[in-house]
Amino acid sequence: MTTQHVLRFVVKPAVCAAALGPLAWLVWAGLTANLSVNPLSDLTNETGLWALRFLAISLAITPLRRVTGWNWVIRFRRMLGLYAFFYGVLHFLVYTIADRFAGLDFPDGMASWTTARNLAASVGEDIYKRPFITIGFTALMLMLPLAITSTAGWIRRLGGKRWNALHRLAYVSGIAAVVHYYWLVKADVRSPLLYAAIMAVLLGARVYWARMKAASVARSAPAVPRRA
Amino acid sequence: MLIKKPADIPYSEVTDHKLYVNRRDFIRAAAGVAAAGAGVVSISETLFAAGQPAPHGRKLDGVKKSPLSLAPEQEKANTWDQITSYNNYYEFGTDKDSPSLVANKLKTEPWSVQVEGECAKRGSYSLDDILKGVALEERIYRHRCVEAWSMVIPWVGFPISELIKKAEPTAKAKFIEFTTLVDYATMPGVRQPVLRWPYVEGLRLDEAMHPLAILAVGLYGEVLPKQNGAPLRLVVPWKYGFKGAKSIVRIRFTERQPMNSWQESAPQEYGFYSNVNPNVDHPRWSQASERRIGEFFKRKTLMFNGYADQVQGLYAGLDLKKNY
Repeated sequence: MTTQHVLRFVVKPAVCAAALGPLAWLVWAGLTANLSVNPLSDLTNETGLWALRFLAISLAITPLRRVTGWNWVIRFRRMLGLYAFFYGVLHFLVYTIADRFAGLDFPDGMASWTTARNLAASVGEDIYKRPFITIGFTALMLMLPLAITSTAGWIRRLGGKRWNALHRLAYVSGIAAVVHYYWLVKADVRSPLLYAAIMAVLLGARVYWARMKAASVARSAPAVPRRA
Repeated sequence: MLIKKPADIPYSEVTDHKLYVNRRDFIRAAAGVAAAGAGVVSISETLFAAGQPAPHGRKLDGVKKSPLSLAPEQEKANTWDQITSYNNYYEFGTDKDSPSLVANKLKTEPWSVQVEGECAKRGSYSLDDILKGVALEERIYRHRCVEAWSMVIPWVGFPISELIKKAEPTAKAKFIEFTTLVDYATMPGVRQPVLRWPYVEGLRLDEAMHPLAILAVGLYGEVLPKQNGAPLRLVVPWKYGFKGAKSIVRIRFTERQPMNSWQESAPQEYGFYSNVNPNVDHPRWSQASERRIGEFFKRKTLMFNGYADQVQGLYAGLDLKKNY
């Protein structure tokens, strides 16, 4: 068995299964009364935290690769990024049900088109009215095109350069997610600030390397233009 | 020119050659352990989302029922487990589960309250002094947190007016200020400057004299658990829950309006009056509805938390939007 085989058929499925661990734990805890007495709040918070964590982990792949020289970690980036989107979608769904649906009136009964319309209106209104919801929704929406174009087919269709440029939206999503978190906590900003610091390091490293690259390109350019 | 010999590093300090050659592996392993550690910390954070209900304590004798309580047909009281495992008591940590997991360290005996300020009978009052001649009542009240969740809690307590009468406030006393304990030995949360410690709350004197406003010493007929603010806490059911200062060690009668801790920390979000008002939103979230713990569908928040008939007279002519 080559290292490639081990990575592809053993490590990758293992990481894929492990990434579902948080969801499995949440379901188990929910069913066995191991969440708090406000379980909907816990589910909202935990799915959001895991979306942020997977986003940070996926943004850590490239710096990890550069620092350690372990090129094989790149195989995990797409999967981890998709898990960030997955938990982000779960987070949005829990919010839609627990925060919005649970607050509706049902003049025409619960399962009606009126309810569907009112729910959409309620979510839309919240995105419009509450800034931390606006930016949270933005963070999720920025991940949507990245999730859609995550396949090899799309890399071919867009070409490597354009695909890479598009996927830099992950940086914006990461920043938006941290601001969403900071804006929603009541008073204890330590955890949001910790994630802000992590994002700052992950994005700052890229800024630093881009500068170094620009400097070295400038240095290697000939001082005298070559004759045509 | 004096060239001094550099202080030699003793040979014992030189890194083992094997370690030096494999230093990158060492760094990777250290990074791996750090990452695993961070993973364990974050997992252990999420695994303990549930608080721990308080053990049942001493029963309180002679507790009378009160007509000011909610009737069972009106609202169902939350359970002991719910009330004692989901708490905001930042002195023990800012998570909802922290107080029930950590507050057992709190020492509630002996307990005394310093009564100070514009009153005749200043001094140190023990809990016995405070309870002398006071009839304990069961008060089943709505409790509405500013975070938009709520409970119905069967407190055991007595009207604050009983203590105020004992203290004999002077004519200068317009407000009453309550201070919570700060104890670095038993309260890990006070090492974080989340709020300025000690926790301070206040009421207008006429608000404190209102029959609904009580000092609570018990819950469900038993001694108040530590995570709920033992041994003595404020309960003002028509205001947001943060007005209910816990583990009170000082009561001061003042001429000037006290600066309560939450207003000090974020004056654009929290005011002095903090009356429950569905028409006045928190800057970052709406106060129009609330989640009753244990229910799925949200409830519409009631003006003055459903005590409007009894208390709105206190605020005649007051702009409640400005005085939030």
